[in-house]
Amino acid sequence: MMLWNLTRKVVTWWVVTFVTGDDWSVAAAVGAGLLATWGLVRAGVAAWWLMPLVVIGATVSSLYRAVLREG
Amino acid sequence: MNTPVLISTFLAASIEVIEMVAIVVAVGVTRQWRGALAGTLAGLMVLAVLVAGLGTALQRVPLSPIRVVVGALLLTFGLQWVRKGVLRVSRDGWTIGVGEQQVEEGVGSGFDWTGFLLAFRGVSLEGLEVAVIVVAFGAADHAIGSAAIGAAASVLLVGALGAASYRVVARIPRRALQLFVGALLTTFGTFWAAEGLGADWPGDDLALLWLVGFYVTAALALVRVVSYWRRGTLRRLRAAEPLTEGAPR
Repeated sequence: MMLWNLTRKVVTWWVVTFVTGDDWSVAAAVGAGLLATWGLVRAGVAAWWLMPLVVIGATVSSLYRAVLREG
Repeated sequence: MNTPVLISTFLAASIEVIEMVAIVVAVGVTRQWRGALAGTLAGLMVLAVLVAGLGTALQRVPLSPIRVVVGALLLTFGLQWVRKGVLRVSRDGWTIGVGEQQVEEGVGSGFDWTGFLLAFRGVSLEGLEVAVIVVAFGAADHAIGSAAIGAAASVLLVGALGAASYRVVARIPRRALQLFVGALLTTFGTFWAAEGLGADWPGDDLALLWLVGFYVTAALALVRVVSYWRRGTLRRLRAAEPLTEGAPR
Protein backbone atom coordinates (compact mmCIF):
# COMPACT_ATOMS: atom_id res chain seq x y z
CA MET A 1 0.00 0.00 0.00
CA MET A 2 2.85 2.37 0.95
CA LEU A 3 4.73 1.41 -2.25
CA TRP A 4 1.58 2.02 -4.33
CA ASN A 5 1.11 5.49 -2.76
CA LEU A 6 4.77 6.36 -3.34
CA THR A 7 4.63 5.18 -6.98
CA ARG A 8 1.44 7.18 -7.53
CA LYS A 9 3.05 10.31 -6.07
CA VAL A 10 6.19 9.91 -8.21
CA VAL A 11 4.17 9.31 -11.41
CA THR A 12 1.89 12.31 -10.65
CA TRP A 13 4.95 14.53 -9.99
CA TRP A 14 6.56 13.31 -13.23
CA VAL A 15 3.47 13.91 -15.36
CA VAL A 16 2.74 17.35 -13.85
CA THR A 17 6.38 18.50 -14.00
CA PHE A 18 7.31 17.26 -17.46
CA VAL A 19 4.10 16.77 -19.41
CA THR A 20 1.00 18.70 -18.38
CA GLY A 21 2.29 21.55 -16.22
CA ASP A 22 -0.47 23.97 -15.25
CA ASP A 23 -2.33 23.53 -18.55
CA TRP A 24 -2.97 19.99 -19.77
CA SER A 25 -4.56 21.26 -23.01
CA VAL A 26 -1.11 22.18 -24.40
CA ALA A 27 0.13 18.62 -23.87
CA ALA A 28 -3.09 17.33 -25.46
CA ALA A 29 -2.58 19.61 -28.49
CA VAL A 30 1.04 18.43 -28.82
CA GLY A 31 -0.13 14.80 -28.69
CA ALA A 32 -2.82 15.43 -31.31
CA GLY A 33 -0.31 17.32 -33.49
CA LEU A 34 2.16 14.43 -33.35
CA LEU A 35 -0.59 11.95 -34.27
CA ALA A 36 -1.64 14.14 -37.20
CA THR A 37 2.00 14.48 -38.34
CA TRP A 38 2.39 10.70 -38.23
CA GLY A 39 -0.83 10.26 -40.26
CA LEU A 40 0.24 12.81 -42.89
CA VAL A 41 3.72 11.28 -43.20
CA ARG A 42 2.15 7.83 -43.68
CA ALA A 43 -0.04 9.34 -46.41
CA GLY A 44 3.07 10.66 -48.20
CA VAL A 45 2.54 14.37 -47.31
CA ALA A 46 5.53 16.52 -46.24
CA ALA A 47 4.26 17.36 -42.74
CA TRP A 48 7.21 19.22 -41.14
CA TRP A 49 5.19 22.48 -41.00
CA LEU A 50 2.38 21.07 -38.84
CA MET A 51 4.06 20.89 -35.40
CA PRO A 52 5.38 24.52 -35.33
CA LEU A 53 1.83 25.70 -36.14
CA VAL A 54 0.28 23.46 -33.46
CA VAL A 55 2.86 24.65 -30.90
CA ILE A 56 2.21 28.35 -31.56
CA GLY A 57 -1.57 27.88 -31.65
CA ALA A 58 -1.63 25.93 -28.38
CA THR A 59 0.69 28.44 -26.66
CA VAL A 60 -1.32 31.49 -27.73
CA SER A 61 -4.57 29.88 -26.60
CA SER A 62 -3.05 28.78 -23.26
CA LEU A 63 -1.59 32.25 -22.56
CA TYR A 64 -4.93 33.92 -23.37
CA ARG A 65 -6.73 31.65 -20.89
CA ALA A 66 -4.01 32.34 -18.28
CA VAL A 67 -4.49 36.12 -18.64
CA LEU A 68 -8.27 35.73 -18.33
CA ARG A 69 -7.78 33.64 -15.15
CA GLU A 70 -5.49 36.34 -13.68
CA GLY A 71 -8.12 39.00 -14.37
CA MET B 1 31.78 16.17 -29.07
CA ASN B 2 28.25 17.31 -30.01
CA THR B 3 28.38 21.11 -29.60
CA PRO B 4 24.63 21.93 -30.06
CA VAL B 5 23.73 19.31 -27.41
CA LEU B 6 26.48 20.59 -25.08
CA ILE B 7 25.36 24.23 -25.35
CA SER B 8 21.66 23.37 -25.01
CA THR B 9 22.14 21.23 -21.90
CA PHE B 10 24.45 23.87 -20.41
CA LEU B 11 21.77 26.57 -20.82
CA ALA B 12 18.86 24.36 -19.75
CA ALA B 13 20.74 23.10 -16.71
CA SER B 14 21.67 26.67 -15.71
CA ILE B 15 17.99 27.49 -15.05
CA GLU B 16 17.73 24.79 -12.37
CA VAL B 17 21.31 25.21 -11.11
CA ILE B 18 20.60 28.87 -10.27
CA GLU B 19 17.84 27.66 -7.92
CA MET B 20 20.09 24.93 -6.50
CA VAL B 21 22.83 27.48 -5.74
CA ALA B 22 20.27 29.85 -4.20
CA ILE B 23 19.07 27.09 -1.83
CA VAL B 24 22.60 25.89 -0.91
CA VAL B 25 23.88 29.44 -0.29
CA ALA B 26 20.82 30.26 1.80
CA VAL B 27 21.34 27.11 3.92
CA GLY B 28 25.11 27.75 4.17
CA VAL B 29 24.81 31.39 5.17
CA THR B 30 21.96 31.03 7.65
CA ARG B 31 22.84 27.60 9.13
CA GLN B 32 26.20 25.91 8.49
CA TRP B 33 28.42 25.62 5.40
CA ARG B 34 29.71 22.11 6.27
CA GLY B 35 26.21 20.59 6.34
CA ALA B 36 25.10 22.54 3.25
CA LEU B 37 28.11 21.45 1.17
CA ALA B 38 27.87 17.82 2.32
CA GLY B 39 24.17 17.80 1.34
CA THR B 40 25.07 19.32 -2.04
CA LEU B 41 27.72 16.68 -2.73
CA ALA B 42 25.34 13.86 -1.74
CA GLY B 43 22.62 15.32 -4.02
CA LEU B 44 25.03 15.68 -6.96
CA MET B 45 26.23 12.08 -6.49
CA VAL B 46 22.65 10.77 -6.63
CA LEU B 47 22.09 12.74 -9.86
CA ALA B 48 25.34 11.48 -11.43
CA VAL B 49 24.34 7.86 -10.71
CA LEU B 50 20.87 8.51 -12.18
CA VAL B 51 22.26 10.08 -15.38
CA ALA B 52 24.88 7.32 -15.81
CA GLY B 53 22.31 4.53 -15.26
CA LEU B 54 19.52 5.91 -17.46
CA GLY B 55 21.94 7.20 -20.11
CA THR B 56 23.67 3.83 -20.50
CA ALA B 57 20.33 1.99 -20.65
CA LEU B 58 18.95 4.30 -23.36
CA GLN B 59 22.06 4.01 -25.58
CA ARG B 60 20.88 0.54 -26.65
CA VAL B 61 17.36 1.64 -27.76
CA PRO B 62 16.90 2.48 -31.51
CA LEU B 63 17.01 6.21 -32.34
CA SER B 64 13.61 6.81 -34.03
CA PRO B 65 11.29 5.79 -31.14
CA ILE B 66 13.58 7.56 -28.65
CA ARG B 67 13.38 10.75 -30.73
CA VAL B 68 9.57 10.65 -30.77
CA VAL B 69 9.27 10.10 -26.99
CA VAL B 70 12.12 12.44 -26.01
CA GLY B 71 11.02 15.05 -28.57
CA ALA B 72 7.45 15.04 -27.23
CA LEU B 73 8.79 15.30 -23.66
CA LEU B 74 11.13 18.21 -24.48
CA LEU B 75 8.31 19.87 -26.40
CA THR B 76 5.80 19.80 -23.54
CA PHE B 77 8.48 20.70 -20.96
CA GLY B 78 9.98 23.48 -23.11
CA LEU B 79 6.52 24.93 -23.77
CA GLN B 80 5.88 25.13 -20.01
CA TRP B 81 9.01 27.26 -19.66
CA VAL B 82 8.03 29.43 -22.63
CA ARG B 83 4.56 30.02 -21.13
CA LYS B 84 5.94 30.78 -17.66
CA GLY B 85 8.66 33.00 -19.15
CA VAL B 86 6.19 34.98 -21.30
CA LEU B 87 3.72 35.43 -18.42
CA ARG B 88 6.41 36.53 -15.93
CA VAL B 89 8.46 38.73 -18.26
CA SER B 90 5.30 40.49 -19.49
CA ARG B 91 4.29 41.12 -15.84
CA ASP B 92 7.64 41.80 -14.08
CA GLY B 93 9.98 42.84 -16.92
CA TRP B 94 13.25 41.28 -18.10
CA THR B 95 15.57 41.93 -15.15
CA ILE B 96 14.04 40.03 -12.22
CA GLY B 97 16.47 37.49 -10.69
CA VAL B 98 15.78 34.47 -8.50
CA GLY B 99 15.39 36.43 -5.24
CA GLU B 100 16.35 35.51 -1.69
CA GLN B 101 15.60 32.05 -0.29
CA GLN B 102 14.02 31.82 3.16
CA VAL B 103 15.67 29.27 5.46
CA GLU B 104 15.06 28.85 9.17
CA GLU B 105 18.06 30.08 11.22
CA GLY B 106 19.66 28.74 14.41
CA VAL B 107 22.02 25.74 14.63
CA GLY B 108 24.23 24.15 17.31
CA SER B 109 27.97 23.45 17.13
CA GLY B 110 27.84 19.84 15.75
CA PHE B 111 27.18 18.68 12.20
CA ASP B 112 24.03 20.37 10.90
CA TRP B 113 21.87 17.45 9.70
CA THR B 114 18.91 19.75 9.01
CA GLY B 115 21.13 21.89 6.76
CA PHE B 116 22.44 18.71 5.10
CA LEU B 117 18.89 17.51 4.37
CA LEU B 118 17.73 20.94 3.16
CA ALA B 119 20.67 21.20 0.73
CA PHE B 120 20.33 17.54 -0.33
CA ARG B 121 16.61 17.93 -1.01
CA GLY B 122 17.11 21.20 -2.92
CA VAL B 123 19.95 19.83 -5.06
CA SER B 124 18.35 16.46 -5.80
CA LEU B 125 14.86 17.85 -6.55
CA GLU B 126 16.04 20.76 -8.73
CA GLY B 127 18.65 18.45 -10.23
CA LEU B 128 16.10 15.79 -11.23
CA GLU B 129 14.92 18.09 -14.01
CA VAL B 130 18.55 18.60 -15.08
CA ALA B 131 19.05 14.81 -15.09
CA VAL B 132 15.97 14.29 -17.27
CA ILE B 133 17.15 16.98 -19.71
CA VAL B 134 20.66 15.46 -19.86
CA VAL B 135 19.31 11.96 -20.46
CA ALA B 136 16.78 13.23 -23.03
CA PHE B 137 19.30 15.23 -25.06
CA GLY B 138 21.94 12.53 -24.71
CA ALA B 139 19.62 9.73 -25.80
CA ALA B 140 17.98 11.57 -28.71
CA ASP B 141 21.33 12.32 -30.37
CA HIS B 142 23.37 9.47 -28.84
CA ALA B 143 25.54 12.10 -27.16
CA ILE B 144 25.16 11.43 -23.43
CA GLY B 145 28.79 12.51 -22.84
CA SER B 146 28.29 15.97 -24.39
CA ALA B 147 25.01 16.43 -22.50
CA ALA B 148 26.61 15.44 -19.18
CA ILE B 149 29.59 17.77 -19.78
CA GLY B 150 27.20 20.66 -20.58
CA ALA B 151 25.28 20.12 -17.32
CA ALA B 152 28.46 19.62 -15.26
CA ALA B 153 29.93 22.84 -16.70
CA SER B 154 26.77 24.66 -15.69
CA VAL B 155 26.96 23.30 -12.11
CA LEU B 156 30.65 24.30 -11.88
CA LEU B 157 30.22 27.78 -13.39
CA VAL B 158 27.05 28.83 -11.56
CA GLY B 159 28.35 27.13 -8.38
CA ALA B 160 31.62 29.10 -8.60
CA LEU B 161 29.68 32.31 -9.18
CA GLY B 162 27.51 31.51 -6.16
CA ALA B 163 30.56 30.74 -4.02
CA ALA B 164 32.22 34.02 -5.07
CA SER B 165 29.14 36.14 -4.57
CA TYR B 166 25.55 34.99 -4.26
CA ARG B 167 24.37 38.45 -5.32
CA VAL B 168 25.78 37.83 -8.82
CA VAL B 169 23.71 34.65 -9.14
CA ALA B 170 20.62 36.35 -7.69
CA ARG B 171 20.87 39.06 -10.37
CA ILE B 172 20.83 36.60 -13.33
CA PRO B 173 17.43 37.28 -14.95
CA ARG B 174 16.14 33.73 -14.56
CA ARG B 175 12.72 34.37 -16.12
CA ALA B 176 14.24 35.80 -19.30
CA LEU B 177 16.68 32.88 -19.45
CA GLN B 178 13.75 30.51 -18.92
CA LEU B 179 11.92 32.00 -21.89
CA PHE B 180 14.89 31.64 -24.28
CA VAL B 181 15.90 28.17 -23.07
CA GLY B 182 12.23 27.10 -23.23
CA ALA B 183 12.26 28.14 -26.91
CA LEU B 184 15.47 26.13 -27.38
CA LEU B 185 13.98 22.98 -25.78
CA THR B 186 10.81 23.44 -27.84
CA THR B 187 12.97 23.67 -30.98
CA PHE B 188 14.81 20.41 -30.30
CA GLY B 189 11.55 18.76 -29.21
CA THR B 190 9.72 19.76 -32.42
CA PHE B 191 12.66 18.74 -34.60
CA TRP B 192 13.30 15.34 -33.03
CA ALA B 193 9.64 14.36 -32.57
CA ALA B 194 8.72 15.14 -36.19
CA GLU B 195 11.92 13.51 -37.49
CA GLY B 196 11.26 10.40 -35.38
CA LEU B 197 7.80 10.17 -37.00
CA GLY B 198 9.40 10.24 -40.46
CA ALA B 199 8.97 13.92 -41.43
CA ASP B 200 11.85 15.43 -43.47
CA TRP B 201 12.89 18.93 -42.41
CA PRO B 202 13.85 21.37 -45.18
CA GLY B 203 17.62 21.89 -44.83
CA ASP B 204 17.95 18.81 -42.53
CA ASP B 205 19.86 19.79 -39.33
CA LEU B 206 19.96 23.48 -40.43
CA ALA B 207 16.21 23.53 -39.74
CA LEU B 208 17.16 23.78 -36.05
CA LEU B 209 18.45 27.31 -36.74
CA TRP B 210 15.33 28.71 -38.40
CA LEU B 211 13.11 26.82 -35.98
CA VAL B 212 14.79 28.40 -32.91
CA GLY B 213 14.58 31.82 -34.65
CA PHE B 214 10.88 31.22 -35.29
CA TYR B 215 10.12 30.21 -31.67
CA VAL B 216 12.21 33.01 -30.08
CA THR B 217 10.54 35.61 -32.34
CA ALA B 218 7.11 34.19 -31.48
CA ALA B 219 7.93 34.24 -27.74
CA LEU B 220 9.10 37.87 -27.89
CA ALA B 221 5.96 38.84 -29.82
CA LEU B 222 3.85 36.99 -27.23
CA VAL B 223 5.42 39.00 -24.38
CA ARG B 224 4.03 42.15 -26.02
CA VAL B 225 0.70 40.53 -26.88
CA VAL B 226 0.20 39.26 -23.29
CA SER B 227 1.05 42.74 -21.90
CA TYR B 228 -1.60 44.17 -24.25
CA TRP B 229 -4.17 41.55 -23.15
CA ARG B 230 -3.42 42.33 -19.49
CA ARG B 231 -3.97 46.07 -19.99
CA GLY B 232 -7.25 45.29 -21.80
CA THR B 233 -8.40 42.98 -18.98
CA LEU B 234 -7.53 45.63 -16.36
CA ARG B 235 -9.39 48.33 -18.31
CA ARG B 236 -12.48 46.11 -18.57
CA LEU B 237 -12.35 45.32 -14.85
CA ARG B 238 -11.98 49.01 -13.91
CA ALA B 239 -14.84 49.96 -16.23
CA ALA B 240 -17.05 47.30 -14.61
CA GLU B 241 -16.25 48.43 -11.03
CA PRO B 242 -18.64 51.44 -10.67
CA LEU B 243 -21.54 49.36 -12.01
CA THR B 244 -20.98 46.50 -9.58
CA GLU B 245 -20.44 48.91 -6.63
CA GLY B 246 -23.81 50.59 -7.18
CA ALA B 247 -25.69 47.39 -7.94
CA PRO B 248 -28.40 46.26 -5.46
CA ARG B 249 -27.41 43.24 -3.31
